Parts: sequence; C-alpha cells; structure tokens
Amino acid sequence: MIPSKEEFFNGLAAKHGLELQKKFEAASVAVCGAGGLGSNIAIALARAGVGRLKIIDFDKIEITNLNRQQYFADQIGLFKAQALKENLAKIAPYCEVTAEVAKITEENVALLLKGFPIVCEAFDKAEAKAMLVNAVLENMPETYLVSGSGMASLNSANLIKTRKITDKFYLCGDLTNDVAAGNGLFGARVLVCAAHQAHAVLRIIAGEFEA
Amino acid sequence: MTKVNGKTEAVTGLNIAEIVEKFGYNPARVAVELNGNIVPKAKYAETVAGENDVIEIVSFVGGG
Repeated sequence: MIPSKEEFFNGLAAKHGLELQKKFEAASVAVCGAGGLGSNIAIALARAGVGRLKIIDFDKIEITNLNRQQYFADQIGLFKAQALKENLAKIAPYCEVTAEVAKITEENVALLLKGFPIVCEAFDKAEAKAMLVNAVLENMPETYLVSGSGMASLNSANLIKTRKITDKFYLCGDLTNDVAAGNGLFGARVLVCAAHQAHAVLRIIAGEFEA
Repeated sequence: MTKVNGKTEAVTGLNIAEIVEKFGYNPARVAVELNGNIVPKAKYAETVAGENDVIEIVSFVGGG
C-alpha cells in the first residue's frame, strides 16, 4: 500500500521542516546524464521530495555500470533515462519525472533545459562536461549549474569537495582524478561526488548559496 | 598582475586561447571565467587578460 501524497509530504516535512519541504516540493531540477553521478543525484533529490525532475540520457544500461549506477540487473539493455524513471516511481511516487532519451548538444541544450532553473551536469566524458557547462553559462545566465569533475580512483574520498566557481556555477569533485588515466571508478567514491552535487542542489533550493 | 587559478601569473596581454595553451590545458575540456563571468568559447581569441584580471580555468576530467 503506497502512502498518499499528503502522507509522503508530511513524512518528509517531519525530517526536513515544513518550510523547507514546501521549497523542495516546488523545485524543478534537470539531471543531464543518468550514469554514476546522475542516477544517484536523481534518487537523492527524489528522496528529498524535489517536485519535478527531468532526466536526460541517450545511453543504455550495461553490465559495467552496475558497480555504481542505480539500476537493477534485469534492467541491462534498457535506456537509462526510462529505467531511472521507473526506479524513481517506486522510491518517490509523487515526484514528477520526465525521461528524455536524447543526446544533449550545443544546439538543443536550451530547449531541453527550458523550465528548469537548476541543472546538474552528470556526464562521464570531459569534453561533454565542458560543452554543457559552457553552453549553460553562456546562454542561460539565470540557471544554477552544479557540475561534477574528478571522482575516479581509489584515492581518499576526503579529496572530493564542493566549490563555488561563479555566482551560479558550483563544481564538485577532486578536479584531478581522470578515469582516462587508468583510474577505476569505484561506486562509493562516485556516490560521494553525486551526494555533493545533490546536496549543493538542495542548498540552492533552500537559499543557501555558499559552497 | 593577472591572476590565474588563484596565482599571480605573467599572462597580462595574452588572450584566453593563448593562456589556455600556455598552461597546457585541452581547449575542448575547459570553461574559463574572467572576473566571475564565463568567457564564451567564440571570444577566447579576442579576450585579452588585463592587469588586474582574475581568471579561473576549470579543466574537466572524465568519469561519472
């Protein structure tokens, strides 16, 4: 038996406080990429009671994703955006989730992110991260952007931090450990970065703008 | 003197494209802020670092 929307809200408000919960419920966040960062960010935000999420990803789930990405073994082969929407529906049935199977480019970014004042960059490739960050900062100056860079390797999780780069741009990660340098991607360390990003989003929603 | 990523550097008079190259960054992986504002990619060559400018070069690494 799934609790009612009101019961859900009250349960969350009991943990977060009523005023904050109203802000979370009124918030709309876009998550670009539904891999190790994005799937974990989305789940953290949905659990917090964020009202609307848009998940954008073009990729399908592979067996090598399961060390860190929030999918089930029987979802291998499905589109990540759609599978994540299904999983989110079980976790937070009253979160309005839009799943978009699409590759974000400089050309379509403004259209895909329209109506979402807070955006998480959760891609895996460095060039794609840079493209999205440049496109959002150049063309959508009112948008808050929370990006992740540097979460590979078995180095200390304490190296992962949230930094505020400009008024609207937050950067989480250790900034240096590149997966291409032969570093592995370890689920727990990727989760630390995703948690930094999700928490930065909640703080922005709450009106707490320090990193 | 111009500051790049928190350090004083001898880059005054160079443009953003030259500064990105000087520090060995891959231009396809960076976002550059000048005094807190993003420098559009198309304006790297024409944006010149001034005496008191503060430049932040964010170079992304892979993994997610």
